[in-house]
Amino acid sequence: MPLSEFTFGLGILDAIATSPGYRVVTNNFVYFLGGAWYTIFITALSIAMGMVLGLFAGLAKLSKNKIIYGLSTAYIDFFRGTPLFVQIFLLYFGVLPLIYDNDPLSSAIIALGLNSGAYIAEILRAGIQAIDKGQMEAARSLGMNERQAMIYVILPQAFKVVIPPLINEFIALLKDSSLVSAITVAELMHRGDLVFANTYQATWVFGTIAMMYLVITKTIALLGDYTERRLATE
Amino acid sequence: MRNFVKLMLASLLVFVLAFALIGCGGQTDNSEQPDVATDVKKLLVGTNATFPPFEMQEDSELTGFDMDLIRAIGEVQGYEVEIQHMDFKALVPSVQNGKIDAAIAGMSITPERLESVDFTEAYFDAGLIIAVHKDNQDIQGTDDLKGKKLAAQNGTIGAAYCDEVKNADAATETRIFDDIGLAFMELEKGGVDAVVNDHPVTAYYLKTATDTSIKMVGDIFSAEDQYGIAVKKGNAELLNTLNEGLIKIKENGTYDEIYSKWF
Repeated sequence: MPLSEFTFGLGILDAIATSPGYRVVTNNFVYFLGGAWYTIFITALSIAMGMVLGLFAGLAKLSKNKIIYGLSTAYIDFFRGTPLFVQIFLLYFGVLPLIYDNDPLSSAIIALGLNSGAYIAEILRAGIQAIDKGQMEAARSLGMNERQAMIYVILPQAFKVVIPPLINEFIALLKDSSLVSAITVAELMHRGDLVFANTYQATWVFGTIAMMYLVITKTIALLGDYTERRLATE
Repeated sequence: MRNFVKLMLASLLVFVLAFALIGCGGQTDNSEQPDVATDVKKLLVGTNATFPPFEMQEDSELTGFDMDLIRAIGEVQGYEVEIQHMDFKALVPSVQNGKIDAAIAGMSITPERLESVDFTEAYFDAGLIIAVHKDNQDIQGTDDLKGKKLAAQNGTIGAAYCDEVKNADAATETRIFDDIGLAFMELEKGGVDAVVNDHPVTAYYLKTATDTSIKMVGDIFSAEDQYGIAVKKGNAELLNTLNEGLIKIKENGTYDEIYSKWF
């Protein structure tokens, strides 16, 4: 490339605009954006499922009932202790076909939901245990039973404590959702994979996708900061 | 004071980890350096060992038609062939940026690929075939694929064909997997109606799979589809060497031997 290309900023821009990788990205940008929406959609549903599962499993982990405790421990151990990638294949090709005629999308949400549920359970358990014992005792002395004390006194306080680790988990889950591209869910990573396989423009394609992931994860982090500030009492 | 101690410990940990990583990096670099002392030229070949009978892994060895072929070519041309497994879609970029010298992976010579790499003379005539579930009576040939659920392997001409069908009829659903074994599994479990793939590979799968509920339908299509060995664009020296080797093993009967071993 002649030096003159570098002496004027516009020369570089021209070089970029005419490079094949740039054209690949502009031609597929809307397609990638669609993938990003799909990624957000999948992650949101998985988080919803994970929160419900996590709340039950987290409370079960605090239970004095040995069976309930054992079940939730087994669930958490399995989904935290094995790779998500393995879980996705196991569920998609192994377990879920026995239960229903499974499609990639629902299987992906189930896999991600089960996985995040295990992490969220541990986060919530830690959050509940972080609340001073006196809170429970005070609530009980006011005539609440244990269930009421948990729902009206402990959980609201615990929720505040667990926001930062929860945001962390949401961000991790959003990134991990790229793994479901292996079972052909047309989310962001899968779309990048398909375009890359036909164009071989690794830097441009995966660079663009990385930026899209970054924008989403940064947005989640900012939302987390905002919520934290709103709920701050001191 | 306690914070200071913590900070020191944390920094120490970071340093130790960093050095550990540098140490690892150094080791792999050394092992990858070519041994300049020997006269034997090394040929680093990439493949995707999920495509039997062309390339697969058996007892932790890479075997298959392509593997035998490239080793035979290496032998007659005086190369020590080293084969590396990677994603199919990563093969062309790896040839392009010189991570591997050549790629042999049941790779069809297509105009699109020719823009990025050079190919040797064709060494195999493949062609596509449709595979469906045994009970499926709807799909008899390529005309029946419209509006159906199709599976294929990412980066293959089978996947490109599925895309064409989808472009012609938006009701078509495509599921593009990273390797063809997963596409067959998807068909076995009834997730898709058909798999579009290279005929020899599908035929081999049906021959070797136990308990399969898949059958092939229709004729082989896209019959001009031929496999070649990819090398970096402009690497005429290697291209000639490989073409020469291909001719030699065809003349001395090695090619036929390998062919009858696998087909």
